[in-house]
Amino acid sequence: MTSTSTHPTQPGRSADGGARGVAVELTGLRRSYGDVHALDDLTLRLAPGELVALLGPSGCGKTTALRCLAGLEDPDEGRIEVDGRDLTRVPTNKRDLGMVFQAYSLFPHMTARQNVEFGLQLRRQPGQQRRSRAAEMLELVGLSTQADRYAHQMSGGQQQRVALARALAIEPQVLLLDEPLSALDAKVRVQLRDEIRRIQLEVGTTTLFVTHDQEEALAVADRVGVMRGGRLEQIASPEELYSRPVNDFVADFVGVTNRLHGQSHGTTATVLGASIPLLPGSAPEGAATVLVRPEHLTVALDPAGPGTVLSASFLGAHGRVVVDPGGAGQQVIVQVPSGSVADFAPGATVTLRPTGDPALAVAGTDG
Amino acid sequence: MSGQRASMRRRQDLFRWVVVSLSLVFFGLPLFSMLEFTTRDAQGHRTGATWSALADFGAISTRYPDLRAGFIASIGLAVLTVVVMLVLLVPTMTWVRLRLPGLGRTVEFICLLPLTVPAIVLVVGLTPVYAWVTYFLGGNAIWLSFAYVVLVLPYAYRALDAGLRAIDVRTLSEAARSLGAGWGTVMLRVILPNLRTAVLSASFLAVALTLGEFTIANLFSRTNLQVAMYLIGKSDAQISVAVGLASLVFAFVILFAMSFVGGQRSSASPLTRLNRLTRSGRRKETA
Ligand SMILES: Nc1ncnc2c1ncn2[C@@H]1O[C@H](COP(=O)(O)OP(=O)(O)OP(=O)(O)O)[C@@H](O)[C@H]1O
Ligand SMILES: [Mg+2]
Repeated sequence: MTSTSTHPTQPGRSADGGARGVAVELTGLRRSYGDVHALDDLTLRLAPGELVALLGPSGCGKTTALRCLAGLEDPDEGRIEVDGRDLTRVPTNKRDLGMVFQAYSLFPHMTARQNVEFGLQLRRQPGQQRRSRAAEMLELVGLSTQADRYAHQMSGGQQQRVALARALAIEPQVLLLDEPLSALDAKVRVQLRDEIRRIQLEVGTTTLFVTHDQEEALAVADRVGVMRGGRLEQIASPEELYSRPVNDFVADFVGVTNRLHGQSHGTTATVLGASIPLLPGSAPEGAATVLVRPEHLTVALDPAGPGTVLSASFLGAHGRVVVDPGGAGQQVIVQVPSGSVADFAPGATVTLRPTGDPALAVAGTDG
Repeated sequence: MSGQRASMRRRQDLFRWVVVSLSLVFFGLPLFSMLEFTTRDAQGHRTGATWSALADFGAISTRYPDLRAGFIASIGLAVLTVVVMLVLLVPTMTWVRLRLPGLGRTVEFICLLPLTVPAIVLVVGLTPVYAWVTYFLGGNAIWLSFAYVVLVLPYAYRALDAGLRAIDVRTLSEAARSLGAGWGTVMLRVILPNLRTAVLSASFLAVALTLGEFTIANLFSRTNLQVAMYLIGKSDAQISVAVGLASLVFAFVILFAMSFVGGQRSSASPLTRLNRLTRSGRRKETA
């Protein structure tokens, strides 16, 4: 099932308050490599100034989609429009894009400043203007003091910052980021992704961000598109994607989900002996697997309870208790306040209750 | 324990010295003999006559017009061979890497093929081709460079291939293209500067090979420096040998100058370049 949500988004605003981004439309893109359908009728719209993250398992076609938009790959079928202009057959260098790659891509024979100036030189900007623009961009990514360094003299995070400055210096219509953070270590990754978001909001450029890290996608994007097998499964705001997934693939892929046996009654379901509302698109009447988030369950010590605690762990802000609900060797993850982790010793008997938040039910009980 | 190691080290040192001395004798002795031979007169007395004759360019080139022609031809050949080789190989190899990676093996095979073909076979094969070359372009020795490009192909290929392997051609060119660069700009401003060392060593090999080539030029009856030396050798052995020695020194100087010029880099010292090399190597390993 594909849903193209028209959820309201906040378009990015430039520093002077005006929206600078342009709309991007990918319509019916197909791209095959032999038998592999890397893109299978992909349709995707980006509102002006919006940051859309494409998320999905490896090989689902995220990079191919981005490369088609960049003109580095030709789609077999479909249309690419930017700001109402058909770019499907326009070569990369005429598309006015900024790109940051997964691999380090700074020109090794140029300093950071020269790298940033490269695109401006090609646009025949006069020297003075070029230098001040490059300085401004390096300032934006916080690397003013490193302007005269070569790529090999900078850390990975710094190199990706310069690459971002280089991409933004030409004031591209669209910014394309293909897993720009995946070569960096965890801490730098979080820091830089927040910075990318800050800068993107500041300059207001429409941005497509490809990643396989769901946390990254949820953290930075206005909307997140989840892909599988060359198609979009769902595209929605992070909150909606998390709380109202349209199918079990999305529910499973985004966040942690328990698959519980239950009974669907159409708009409600009975699970763990309680009734909870179901999300649209859930399975009709009958036995079903209900997908319940760990934070949508409560666990309480109950000497007569059917469940048994398997393990409990302290995770900082909250805790996690793994419970066997008394079924066929099932495991259910429950989120608990970190203060109460100690209460749940392995082997303790407990009862589980859903909190009543809506969940998705899929037909069949696969456990 | 340590005594054993010390004696081993001593033996290794000795071995090293023996090898160095042997190679010095092997390479140095002929050169020394050439010098010796050209500084004696018919009676065996020491004389500088041959060298002073050689130093008088005006006189020597009127006396041996072939020498002058051969010298000029060889210089021209070296330059043209390098240019044609680079223009032919650099874009082709880059393009194959970017767009037709499946063809990589084939291109490598074709480029290495001349190694297996003896010069005489090459000449037989090239004869009909050169009939056309002579027809269209004339009989100037400079056109031998087409054949020389074939000769240097394997060496140049190896050098450039190593250079291309060391950089991420695909990402660099895609980055440049996304910034608005056409293919020409990508080639000249992004790929080529990063192939500097590779281009240099390819040129180096091409120059060395061209300056020393005799067989093909002789079989095609064109006069390059080596052929000229051979011709003079028939009438005046001393001058011929002196020219041989001078041309060796000349080649050394050119190659040395090339490596010196190429070794300079505007802002990165050799040390940082070495550092960069080891770093990129390490990055490859972890990738
Ligand atoms: N040049 C190519 N030749 C052949 N197959 C390709 C090529 N590029 C991509 N594919 C295939 O197309 C599919 C989609 O690839 P793509 O690179 O878009 O995936 P991805 O979502 O970016 O994955 P990852 O998260 O691993 O980067 C994969 O099955 C891949 O094997
Ligand atoms: Mg990818």
